[in-house]
Amino acid sequence: MANGLLKFLGCAAVSVMAWVSPAQAGETIVLASTTSTEQSGLFNFILPIFEKDSGIAVKVVALGTGQALDVGRRGDADVLLVHDRAAEDKFVQDGFGVDRKDVMYNDFVLVGPAADAAGVKGARDATDAFARIARKGSPWVSRGDRSGTHAAELRFWGSAGVELKGQPWYKEAGAGMGPTLNMAAGMGAYTLADRGTWASFKNRQDLAILYAGDPKLYNPYGVMLVNPARHPHVKKGAGEKFIQWITSAEGRRAISAYKIGNEQLFYPLSR
Amino acid sequence: MNAFSLAISEAFALLAGFDHRVAEIVGLSLQVSGLAVLLGTLIGLPLGACLGVGRFRGRQLLVIALNGCMGLPSVVVGVVVYLLLSRSGPLGDLGLLYSPTAMVLAQTVLVAPLMAAIARQTIEDAWHDYEEEFRVLRLRWIDSVRVLLHDCRHSLLVAVLAGLGRAMSEVGAVMIVGGNIDRSTRTMTTAIALETSKGDLPLAVALGLVLLAVILVLNGLALVVRQWAMRRYA
Repeated sequence: MANGLLKFLGCAAVSVMAWVSPAQAGETIVLASTTSTEQSGLFNFILPIFEKDSGIAVKVVALGTGQALDVGRRGDADVLLVHDRAAEDKFVQDGFGVDRKDVMYNDFVLVGPAADAAGVKGARDATDAFARIARKGSPWVSRGDRSGTHAAELRFWGSAGVELKGQPWYKEAGAGMGPTLNMAAGMGAYTLADRGTWASFKNRQDLAILYAGDPKLYNPYGVMLVNPARHPHVKKGAGEKFIQWITSAEGRRAISAYKIGNEQLFYPLSR
Repeated sequence: MNAFSLAISEAFALLAGFDHRVAEIVGLSLQVSGLAVLLGTLIGLPLGACLGVGRFRGRQLLVIALNGCMGLPSVVVGVVVYLLLSRSGPLGDLGLLYSPTAMVLAQTVLVAPLMAAIARQTIEDAWHDYEEEFRVLRLRWIDSVRVLLHDCRHSLLVAVLAGLGRAMSEVGAVMIVGGNIDRSTRTMTTAIALETSKGDLPLAVALGLVLLAVILVLNGLALVVRQWAMRRYA
């Protein structure tokens, strides 16, 4: 009886797998990346080009940078494309990733209610803009999710010398860029966003870009392969092909060609 | 136009225009949740029936645990199944993470206790009515379970529908173990979460209305089948 039941369950499991996994002709890699690259529509634009060229299908799992690195550390992705240089370098140093390359950049923008109570429009630089928000105590929504954007935001608070602990105006959303923008729109709060997500974000309500353009708001993205020495199942060949492509002339062309309206969202980094 | 009327008109446009992408996503949702409910039925109903009929020490504790599992947060199920299926986890060699199969597994874990708990109550109530008869017939308990499962099959439909509703509407588990991968593991609920993230709230509500319509049609079908079966075999 128990034996039969086990056999039955085994058969059921196998038929389930056969049914729900569509037959895949070519190779598939899992790319753990950030919400900004996925939600801005960049991947929908460039990946079909790569898939056509190489025959390799790319499955994108969009997470915050910290989470994406965790997924890579556990070996659940083949390639990572993230934006937190310090964390990326540590990831490679610790032996979890190899073959790290610069891919592209865009910039962070400070968005907030158009009335701009804190007056960040007149800020001297980005650090000053953050300092003005703290001084005024204007509501701020932080990602609070260990993402690349969160790390960048914390660097600015640090250089502005702002102590965040126990500040009633500082709210941690613990969410992706989109939900954080939804919150900021609902509360009339300030937040830091990457330009890609902002450009494709539809529920802006009263939010507008209030400060941008400081070179310190530079937001570079890097790509790397999860170390196959540590995780032998990593699809080394296909993953390397992807890294090669996205940093090649064709890859750079594809990245530059992606626009929303007339605005180019990402700029390739040539080596 | 305000957000709600915009959402409703978009929902009708999606339904009327038979958007291919939306149809694909609805199809995956139905496949994944349907299989999870099928497995949940095979595991949950017999389990619930055994618990409803069986008399053994610790039964009360098991019943409480099972009822408690009805409130199992889907995110927790997602994380646990993720840890099991992760390459660094005990079942990592199967390479199932970020596949529809992983989503079926997670949803099965989610719905089986719910279906078992509802089945347990249904069967236990019926057992009180039949108890004397069974004793006279000297049925073994396992045979009582069989008879009761068969006789209560129409009432047990509620357990199946509850499981289906839970599976179709949850987002936490499929998001974590499926990864919301475009054209691979994107379901109705993860698509709704994604559109919400993008700030396209009307489209998110429109997709929600489509999902609701699908669930209503399924429930309607279940009712029709049940009435047909009752007339046929009553």
